[in-house]
This record gives sequence, C-alpha cells and structure tokens, in this order.
Amino acid sequence: MSHTITLDWTAVCPLDRLEPNRGAAALVDGVQVALFHTVDGLFAIDNRDPVSGAYVLSRGIVGSRGGVPTVASPLHKQVYDLRTGECLDLPGMAVARHDTRCHDGIVEVRLRREG
Amino acid sequence: MSGQDLVVIGNGMVGQRFVDALRARDPQGRWRVTVLAEEGRPAYDRVRLSAYFDGVSEDELNVHTPHDGVRLRLGEPATAIDRARRVVTTAVGEYGYDALVLATGSYPFVPPVPGADLPGVFVYRTLDDLAAIRAYARGRRVGAVIGGGLLGLEAANALRLLGLSTDVVEFAPRLMPVQVDQAGGAMLRRYVEELGVRTHLGVATTAIRAGADGAVDALELSDGRVVDAELVVVAAGIRPRDELARAAGLPLGPRGGVLVDETCRSADVHVWAVGECAAVDGTCHGLVAPGYATAEVVADRLVGGAATFPGADTATKLKLLGVDVASFGDAHGTTEGCLDVTFTDPATRVYAKLVLSDDAQTLLGGVLVGDASAYPTLRASVGGPLPAAPLALLAPDGGGADAGALPATAQVCSCNAVTRGDVDDAIAGGCADVPALKACTRAGTSCGSCVPMLKQLLDAAGVAQSSALCEHFDVSRRELFEIVRVRGIRTFSRLVAEHGRGRGCDICKPVVASILASLGSGHVLDGEQASLQDTNDHFLANLQRDGSYSVVPRIPGGEITPEKLIVIGEVARDFQLYTKITGGQRIDLFGARVEQLPQIWRRLVDAGFESGHAYGKALRTVKSCVGETWCRYGVQDSVGLAVALELRYRGLRAPHKLKSAVSGCARECAEARSKDFGIIATETGWNLYVGGNGGFRPRHADLFATDLSTEALIRLIDRFLMYYIRTADRLQRTAGWIEAMDGGLDHLRAVIVDDSLGLCADLDAAMARHVASYSDEWRDVLDDPERLRRYTSFVNAPDVPDPSITFAVERGQPVPARALTTTRPEPADTRRQPVSLGLPEVRR
Repeated sequence: MSHTITLDWTAVCPLDRLEPNRGAAALVDGVQVALFHTVDGLFAIDNRDPVSGAYVLSRGIVGSRGGVPTVASPLHKQVYDLRTGECLDLPGMAVARHDTRCHDGIVEVRLRREG
Repeated sequence: MSGQDLVVIGNGMVGQRFVDALRARDPQGRWRVTVLAEEGRPAYDRVRLSAYFDGVSEDELNVHTPHDGVRLRLGEPATAIDRARRVVTTAVGEYGYDALVLATGSYPFVPPVPGADLPGVFVYRTLDDLAAIRAYARGRRVGAVIGGGLLGLEAANALRLLGLSTDVVEFAPRLMPVQVDQAGGAMLRRYVEELGVRTHLGVATTAIRAGADGAVDALELSDGRVVDAELVVVAAGIRPRDELARAAGLPLGPRGGVLVDETCRSADVHVWAVGECAAVDGTCHGLVAPGYATAEVVADRLVGGAATFPGADTATKLKLLGVDVASFGDAHGTTEGCLDVTFTDPATRVYAKLVLSDDAQTLLGGVLVGDASAYPTLRASVGGPLPAAPLALLAPDGGGADAGALPATAQVCSCNAVTRGDVDDAIAGGCADVPALKACTRAGTSCGSCVPMLKQLLDAAGVAQSSALCEHFDVSRRELFEIVRVRGIRTFSRLVAEHGRGRGCDICKPVVASILASLGSGHVLDGEQASLQDTNDHFLANLQRDGSYSVVPRIPGGEITPEKLIVIGEVARDFQLYTKITGGQRIDLFGARVEQLPQIWRRLVDAGFESGHAYGKALRTVKSCVGETWCRYGVQDSVGLAVALELRYRGLRAPHKLKSAVSGCARECAEARSKDFGIIATETGWNLYVGGNGGFRPRHADLFATDLSTEALIRLIDRFLMYYIRTADRLQRTAGWIEAMDGGLDHLRAVIVDDSLGLCADLDAAMARHVASYSDEWRDVLDDPERLRRYTSFVNAPDVPDPSITFAVERGQPVPARALTTTRPEPADTRRQPVSLGLPEVRR
C-alpha cells in the first residue's frame, strides 16, 4: 500500500488549537499524523504506534530524555525521539517523521516518505 | 524395590512436616503412608493458635498439604501398638507397618488441685479448646489463667480480647521463667499489668472453687488470697503423649517422652519419634523448630540418609500482649564463667541482656524485652564475635546492631536457613534490592524479621539503592510529595524547574499529576495538569489495544436498579459497544471512539450515572456480597457499607490502583481479603484487613483491627489511605508499602491508631478535603467546551472517524477487526482462529 506524497505544505489548524505539551491527531492526505506543540517546538510524526499497530501516538505523554524531546506510546510506553521518529527503547524501531511549521498562526504539515 | 508401609500417629505441625519432608525425598512413593489423627481436622498452626481470637479463621491456620500416596484418617486415634506383629490398632481397624513414626505431641499438664475438673476450667491446646473458651466466655466478666509462661500469657490476652478482666497466677517468681531472667520478667510484668492483666507471682493455686451453680467461681492461692474467676484456663506446661509407647513397652526418657537417639529412632528399629513426644537423648523439646528438625531427620533416615539431630535451637522471638520478647542462646548465663551486660531503661521500658564468654569476646545468648529489633543480628552472632560494642548493640532500635559486621557463616534468615554468605553471593550475582534478594535466596520471605538486615547487607556491599524517580527528579515519590505539600507548589513546570531538570516524562508527569490531585488541585484536566495525565486520565476512559476506549459506569457496591441496567443496555446497543461484566461488579462497554465518549457520558449522566475509574491510579470499586438484608448468614449490611465507601473514596488518586470489598459475614463471599482494604462483618461490627491484592503476586490482606464501629472503621480507612498516598513509592501497592515499612503492620498501627507521629489530624483533614471537593469528573467535561474540544478524532477533520478502528463480530458482539501488527513473538496464524474445543458442531 502506498500513499500519495504531498510536496506542498498542508494547513492543519490554528496553533492555539494544539494543547501545549500534548499531542493531537491530524489527517493529512489520508495519513494519520501526530502533532505536538512542546516547549521545544512543533513536531509531527506518524500517529501509528509501530509496536501495537494502533493509531495512538498523539495521545502519549511528551517529555525529554537526556535533552531529546520525546513522546511515550500510551499503550506500552516505548519512547520516541520527536525530532527523528527513532524509538529510544527498541533499537531499529522508528516511525516516520514529517515536516511541520507554524505560518501566520496556522500549523502546517508536509508529509515525508523515505525509502 | 516394592513399596513399604509407613504409619504416622499424629497429624500436628511436626507430623505434617514429617510427611511433607518424606514426600519431597521419596518422589517415587516407595513409602505408602497412613496418617492416623486424633483430631477431626487436619494439621493446623498451633503456634499461631491465638490468632483465632483475632478473627483468623480455621482455614487460614491450616498447614495440611495433601500428597499422593498418603492416607489421612481424621478422628481415628491409634489405640495400641503391637510391636511383635508390627500393627497399629484403632477403633476401626488395624494398620500394618514396616516403619512407625510417633508424632503424638503433648497434652496440657493440669496440676492435681481440687476443682480442676469443674465446668468452666479449660486448657489451651486445640482449636476446639479455643472455641469452647470463646463460647463459655460469652456473658462472663472475670477470668484467670494458671501459668504465666508463653502460653499462659497468650491465653491471658485471649481472655482480655474476649472482654474478661484477667488474672494470671504463676508459680515461679517471674513471668515467662523459661525464656527471660528476673529483670526481664519484671519489665514484662509492667507491660502486662498496664494492659489491665493482674499478675500473682511466686504463688501456687491450691484449689479451684465452685460457685452455687457448680461451675468454677474462684481460685484459692497458696498465700491465702482468693481470685475471682468465672472461667479458668490452665496453661501450666505440657507433657509428652507417650502412653501408646509406654503400653507397647518402649523405653521412655527420664521425664517422659519416647526415648530416641540422635537419629530419632527408638529402642525398636522400626519405631521412630518426632516432635514433642520424642525425648531425644532423653530431652523433650516443646518448640516447633526442634520438632521440625526431628521430622527432617526421620524423613532423611527413611530414604537411606544419615541425618542426625543438630541440637535444639531454643531461640524465641514473639510479641505477647503487644510486647516484644526475645530470648536466644544461653539466655540464663549457665555457661561457666560467663559475663552479663545488661541495659535497663525504665523510661522507654526496654530491658536487654547479653551473655558473653569469660573473655567477653564471644556472644553466648541474651534476653530482650520491649524492643527486639536487635534480635536477628544478635541471634545470628551467637557463638561468634560481637558485631559491635555491647552497649551499641543494646541501645534501643539496635542502632549499633549492624548486619555488616556478621561473619559469612552467620544465619541471617533462620526461617529459611540463609546465611550472610548466601546473601552476599546473591548481591555479587546482581541482586540490587530487597525484593531481588527475597526472590533469589528466599531470605525474608517467611516471618520477614530479617528484612532490615538484608537492607544493611546491601548497604555493606556498597549497593546504592537509588530512590530517584526518573532522570528528571533525584528524589522518590514520597519525598516529592512532601516537597509539593510543604512548598505549596501547584504546577509541574515550577516543580521541575526548582527541584528537577528537563521536560519530564511518562514516569514523573503522572506521578506529579497524582500528587497534585491528592493535594486538592481541582479537576484533573485543569490547565497544565491535563498535559501530565496518562492517556486514560487524559480522556477519562480506558484505552484499548486498537486505540478505542472502554467506558465503565460507576455502580457503587455493585448495586443497580433495573431502570439503570436498561440504560446501560441501551447505551451499549446504540453505540454498538462490546459488553462484558467485570470482576469488580461493574459493566464494561468497549469499542468507543474518542469522539463518542462525551455522547456516551451524556446519556449516562442524564440517567443518574457517572462514569467510573476503571483506569488510573485511583480507587476502582468496592465489591460487596448481598449481606444481611437478604442473606440468611449475613450479620451486617455489607452492600450499604460498600456503597458508602465507594462514594467516599471515589476519585481518590494514589500511588497505585486501590481496590476494596465488604463481606457481610465470615464466609467472605466478597473476597475482601484480596483487596487493598477489605472489610468483613462480625457479630458486633467490622474487621478491617489491609494490604491484600490479586494480580501478578497475589497476597491476602492482614487483619488490622477488629470489631470496629462503622465510624471507627471509616476513620481508620481514611488514615490508612491518606498515609499510603503520602508515603508510598510510585506503583507500590499497599502490600509492598506495608512490607517495606520499617516495623510493618505494627508501625502502621502506631501511626494511624495511636497517632505516634502526630499525623492523624492532618490525615483526617486531607481526607475530609477530598470528600468535600469531589465532583463528577465526566460531567465537568460535558459542562466545559474547552475540555470537550479534546474529544475529536482529528484536529483538522473532526467529522471523520478514525478509519483504523473497525469491528468484526464474535459471539454476537463487536470486537476489533484489524489484525494488529506486533513485534512480539506471537505467531500470527494463531490470532483469532477458531479454537477447537472438541465439542460437537452446532448447526443452525
């Protein structure tokens, strides 16, 4: 299965619609994206927890590990690097990360598909 | 080799231990075993007999284990032994033997005084004795105990608990003459008399007098005094049950008992004796530990081993009438030239004595009264050098008694025969905390008195036992709670800035959220608090494996009207929720999407429900049986109490989940003893049990207080919960919390019953605040558009339901349809396949 890769930025929601230090799910071109607005900035990764297959990462607790901004899966607590999507607990495990920015008070996302 | 027949006469603790030990050594069942028991019930724990008066049931005292190849003939006492034919006779028949083990125990010695056979005179040996005492005590005011030894004082406490004013008469000049010396006995007497038990020492009972009704009325003492007593317990010592052996012509010891050698074999090579009826090299031992040793010796010998009796360890530590008493080694200083070091503090009422060798280098024995905390270290040091200066060892709290000074051969855990060397090996092998040591060595898993030593040995090995919560806070949950409470901090960001580092994580954030909730900081989803909550507390429902949630309406005490039951059914039907009855007497509705949660709550709230905490570190349910309202056995309204408790403690956030149950009688249908706090009705009130749980490591709750009024019960539970919330570690359930507490249950009692730390008023106030400030968390969300905004599928497409949540049908109900991917080693082809149960196929 493959998704259309958008090369453009997609407007998602006003920045103040995102709860600080918490995630929210967004649907961008059929892809579930987990968006986070933390003190370290805006982050976007796949919403799908690769361990369980459930679309729940946006509901995890955000924080930091050794200075790296993180989110923990709400199902089984594996921790992911919000900047890269890399799982810090399970070597080799990762989720896709996407580009995100705030433009004129609106959060935008650009999907990335690698490999 | 063909099987041989073994007959065991007696099914007491030692007889049972013998059978257990033999079965463990004889897995092929070479020995066919027949056990002949006089009592109608299998072996029970006679050491803890008095616990019967604390509400501990017969079942809990049971120590009998059934084994294959062992016949147990209850209520069938042996009447004769024919050694020539090798046959034991009972009233029912004959049992031939190749080996015979006598485990007949003892009988209580009743001094030959006039009136000893009057109605109202009892002995204190069997459960039947105790039941008879309890029945006879009803409606009576004064009782007396003849004998001030260990058993006599237990009996005195039993009479006290039965509401009788109690006198103790002891022939020796002090209480517990066998275990303690004169000064220790004097200290013990002060404690005992303070509890209202009068003692008469150095006098004999010359007669037991009858009243007008022919039943016992008073004791006459040798000094001319008369002591009123409507009930008398004789606890004047025990004598070995050797009448069968005597009649069979077996040689006896000088003071009775079946004479056996160090292999526990009698003069007849086919006959052995174990426990209190055995006179090993002429001496009978009345304690269970030497009895167990004889059981192990005979079991070993019967399978060809060469074990011999290792000598009797008479060390004793017990709590009598709330007083710690310990005695070990040469407690009375009978060794030639030995030296005493004594310590007496009338203020704290502590007495201690150490007996040292003539060069003061070797510990020989000792006596401790009032504070026995040094007992494990001291007992382990007997026969070796002192682990510290004598005065440091004797100081209250055993401050100087550091296990780190023990030699490798010293026994740290006497229950499981674990030496310091074993513990050190386990530490070297990677055990870094007490639970790991317990699991690895079994030390501390029986009576637990050596747990402080295990901690000391970890310290001595330089194992730093970090209490840091996570990388963001260097302190434990308990310390963090105090920081938040004392400094009045109400936000995570301030707390982590002032007392931690970084951004927090999924460990510390929920902990802080829980602490803030416990200290009354408003709705769990207020402001910054919302960002700290685990997903379940964030959405106020239970996240399931497919990303959907379940909703569990609160049904306090499991009591529900038909109308409400119909509403739950309608909600489940309308939202197509999988429906399941839970173990906590509630109904769980599965498969709700995030955006459906407020709609479901709206329906429930409108029907008079609130949703419930089937998630989170909070009170879950208070289960109940139906109680006296309907049940013909019930003695209290268990449902009413369960409802009241669930409503009182709902919403209470804690270090771990909290469960409770109320049973309306001792039959315990609500399984209250598997709960963090369980309540069992008595004729006159409620018994409170604490520290139970099911789960990964099931544990029965311990009896904490008895016959409480409802008001007193609730006050104790309030304090118990608040003290737990304040001082437990993260994810520590009440059982682990109590186990880890220095002083355990006694310390807990001191804090929340006797207010030893002066905390009670504070704890009471904290619970009062919780009760007063509780509000329905789910309704509060419905009433607040800001909070409601969270319940959307997608922030940019709120009308699109999560396409990943889909359902199949199983047994007529919706279940997650997606084959979820997983990285766990779970073969995919076993997932959701029909399971063959070997049942006939049903055609429709």
